[in-house]
Amino acid sequence: MFPTELNTCKMKNEALYNYVLRLGDDSLILGQRLGEWCGHGPILEEDIAMTNISLDLIGQAMSLLDYAGELDGQGKDHDALAFLRFENEYRNALLVEQLNGDFANTMMRQFLFDAFRKPLYEKLTASSDVQIAAIAEKSLKETRYHLKHTSEWIIRLGDGTDESHQRAQKALDLLWRYTDELFSETEQDLKLISLGIVPSMSEIKDQWSKTVMSVLEEATLVIPTNNWQFEGGRRGIHSEHFGYLLSDLQYMQRAYPNMKW
Amino acid sequence: MVSKETILSLLDEVYDPEIPVLSLADLGVLRGVEYVNNEWHITITPTYSGCPAMKTMEDDILLKLKDHGIQAKVHLVLSPAWTTDWLSQSGREKLKEFGIAPPEDEVDKSVLFSKPTIVPCPKCGSRETKMVSQFGSTACKAHYQCLSCLEPYDYFKCLK
Repeated sequence: MFPTELNTCKMKNEALYNYVLRLGDDSLILGQRLGEWCGHGPILEEDIAMTNISLDLIGQAMSLLDYAGELDGQGKDHDALAFLRFENEYRNALLVEQLNGDFANTMMRQFLFDAFRKPLYEKLTASSDVQIAAIAEKSLKETRYHLKHTSEWIIRLGDGTDESHQRAQKALDLLWRYTDELFSETEQDLKLISLGIVPSMSEIKDQWSKTVMSVLEEATLVIPTNNWQFEGGRRGIHSEHFGYLLSDLQYMQRAYPNMKW
Repeated sequence: MVSKETILSLLDEVYDPEIPVLSLADLGVLRGVEYVNNEWHITITPTYSGCPAMKTMEDDILLKLKDHGIQAKVHLVLSPAWTTDWLSQSGREKLKEFGIAPPEDEVDKSVLFSKPTIVPCPKCGSRETKMVSQFGSTACKAHYQCLSCLEPYDYFKCLK
């Protein structure tokens, strides 16, 4: 290869690594959060549903982080990336690391995320990068089930009793401030967009808004008028909750390096 | 050297650890068997991304072949993504006999605006059944109950 070509290839890999790492970290951290419900669900069916969704997310994280490791070329697999990075090296959005709170809060967080992931995976199935396209094709089928499940709950809770309505509205008021970050784009992403590897986030946001608006309307919930937004997770700057989550997630590998069972 | 047919018939004896009546071929998880560079390469695909049975299936394949003195490697592919269309006809019948309702050819759209897919009871055949939960005992199943004989059962949910 000519030096310029090699350079382009290296830049592309680095950009793609960062992109895939973000996707993988979102899945991993949200999967970990949802897993905290195991044995604590409000009803047995929901306990099983949340852990099923968690399992899908962690499975997607394995594929995504394996691919990130491959692009990085330093021999790291999904375990190395999941268990052996420091807090500021994770690139998940702040939304997914937020505490579970009550059931309404967990469902709202999941709904806002699923409504983002579904159109994103739909677009990524057409990626010019075959591995991204394959992971998206697989994950999309699972994500459709997740979005259906959470949409239903948002409607049921929002348009339910006074108590459930109040809690769902409170969750929306709390979590809305973390939604813009999902659609942030870096300089490197623009390169990937121009190469047809990833879609532009404005397209995804349009579809997200459509889904979110129609479900929230059906649920009689109101989008907060204060649109103050937080960001940071995509740059490795996380909320205080994140350290506690990581200490749970990483405990075994940190206490007993390389342990297996 | 053993033939591909031998390998395939050996793999017919490797079952889904969660649904022990289904072979990997019935399930549609087995994608390919090839002999390259003095080694057998077996390709499988996951039903769901996080299916914890995949690792067991991989180990079971290697163990089965090793028992017959055959060295092999197992590879995981994601595309084309597995759907319930990959489930064989005999697999569907075995599921039903086992007490699990096989996938109807329709993705459940019940959430929000339409009625759930009708899944006949695998025990009594009644069509008077209800979905208890979209998510069941494993990633690939939903939880149903028969309203006629009251049997609770798993539905191997349709994935397209």
